[in-house]
Amino acid sequence: MALTTAPNPTPPARSSARTPAKARGSGRMRHGEGLAGYVFLSPWLIGLMAITAIPMLLSLYLSFTNYDILTDLSDVEWVGLANYERMFTADPSYWHSVQVTLSFALIAVPLKLAAALGVALLLNRAWRGVGLFRGLFYLPSLLGGSVALAIVWVSMFNRDGAFNSLLSLFGIEGKPWVNDPGWALETLMVLAIWQFGAPMVIFLAGLKQVPTELYEAASVDGAGRIRQFVSVTLPMLSPVIFFNLVLETINGFQGFTAAFVLSNGTGGPVDATLMYTLNLYITGFTELDMGYASAMAWVFLIAIALITALFFSTGRFWVHYSDGDGN
Amino acid sequence: MVAQTPTLPRRGAVTGRRRGTRRQVGRLLLLIAILAVVLYPLFWMVGTSFKSQEEIVNNIGLLPREFTPGNFSDGWGNFDVSFGRFFVNSTVVSLLTVVGNAVSCLLAAYAFARLRFRLRGFWFAIMIGTLLLPGHVLIVPQYILFQKTQMVGAAWPYLPLVVPQFLATEAFFVFLMVQFMRGIPRELDEAAKIDGASSYGIFRHVILPLSRPALVTTAIFSFIWTWNDFFRQLVYLSDLEDYTVPVALTLFIDSTSQSAVGPMFAMSLLSLLPVFLFFIAFQRMLVEGINTSGLKG
Repeated sequence: MALTTAPNPTPPARSSARTPAKARGSGRMRHGEGLAGYVFLSPWLIGLMAITAIPMLLSLYLSFTNYDILTDLSDVEWVGLANYERMFTADPSYWHSVQVTLSFALIAVPLKLAAALGVALLLNRAWRGVGLFRGLFYLPSLLGGSVALAIVWVSMFNRDGAFNSLLSLFGIEGKPWVNDPGWALETLMVLAIWQFGAPMVIFLAGLKQVPTELYEAASVDGAGRIRQFVSVTLPMLSPVIFFNLVLETINGFQGFTAAFVLSNGTGGPVDATLMYTLNLYITGFTELDMGYASAMAWVFLIAIALITALFFSTGRFWVHYSDGDGN
Repeated sequence: MVAQTPTLPRRGAVTGRRRGTRRQVGRLLLLIAILAVVLYPLFWMVGTSFKSQEEIVNNIGLLPREFTPGNFSDGWGNFDVSFGRFFVNSTVVSLLTVVGNAVSCLLAAYAFARLRFRLRGFWFAIMIGTLLLPGHVLIVPQYILFQKTQMVGAAWPYLPLVVPQFLATEAFFVFLMVQFMRGIPRELDEAAKIDGASSYGIFRHVILPLSRPALVTTAIFSFIWTWNDFFRQLVYLSDLEDYTVPVALTLFIDSTSQSAVGPMFAMSLLSLLPVFLFFIAFQRMLVEGINTSGLKG
């Protein structure tokens, strides 16, 4: 903020000249502001229509067709609910991908948030050098989504990787974890958990808001550290936990890059890393079955909307908002 | 934990303080241990980038016995198109995204934060709704539309990657800027208005200069996210010479020959370098900028 010099754009002479017109102009001004609003909003509005709304409608339509990119849009064949029927009744690999995605999110997200909260508690007090720690713990969140890091990760859990070297120090013989259908997804979960820095930063912001008087009061009442954590920290932090939970779950469902890199775009070994979005990509862009992929996209969208709604409806029971700021 | 214990406890106060410092030392050691685990993969990547093929298999240590910078030149020229080209392509896409996001999101945010117009609440609710809209859901119809408008595989193939960014489709940045502008005192607008400034004048002379911190945050995250983005670049780029760095890196996985591990690591390391430099330069801002917006990166 120190950089911002107070703007002092218009010379006073001009304003005095304009004064008589002011009263008359105020009505016109409001009208002008309404117009200006739409002028400033126009890029966003065009984007909303062309990049979001029209594609959504197109995708809804295509989900009832057998469209592939090679035929002309006018020759598309309407197939009714066939894509949805196929998805729910005749496509085992679809259900497998649902299962993979759910187990990924159900395991990785809670562990990631637990790690984030744990480290945030350790970093909560201010001391010299704490900023450096915060930054370094945050670093994986900046790098972790990249192809480069996914490559490193896969190599790390491969036969000659660092993880097996570590195990060998303890006399345990490892295996190529990324090629093992029973373990490949777990290595991706570890990669997700490794990026706990982003939710950690949000937890730290939340912890700063907890009034110290509450701890003092609890301490006077004889509450130990664990009791203080359960009775003060957790309830006071529940809005932030809720926020992180919603965001990380939605992100977790969309994991694509690492699964693509690990399986070279196939979802292997034996579909173990066939995340929903990877399955969608393969269906739409490798098999060119874009009608079916559109149906998958819509089910995905509805599922995410339902899960978010579920979070918000249960949130009432466990999210504690300190006195009445209402949202 | 500290090993040596047997200093005699003297007074209550002293032991209390000593227990306090001991706890602090314990906490610090615990943090360092966790940090070592967290940073290990990064150190391992750096070390492996400089190892020869033989050492990659045999030397489990972090550091190479013999530095092998050849991995970098091998990786650079590993494909028919040099990695320099891929870096240029990634830079072009990322910088255009930065400009597009900064301009278009700032305009939209100004409208939402400051101007009164019909249906503002409605549009704002829609914008918030698109915040949670997963990008993967729209990739198929977007691809079709870009293909039908001849933008996929055009002479300059990055239009499908860049055009949406000039149309404020990153709702996250719009929201971030709206939140920021709400913190700018309205008295400044009023003063400018009395001085005869139009909506555009207020935007140009009040909001724009004061929004610099939000613009910087947007620029940095736009760059990093686009630099790391893979999904859309994978979908839209098909010619080798148009590839961006992430798409090019996946070629190493295709060529499964073991000999490419060193070069693959070297190029992966290089590709993370810009992000890492941003991290060093803006560390505080990256961690706190997202903090203040109450949202995550």
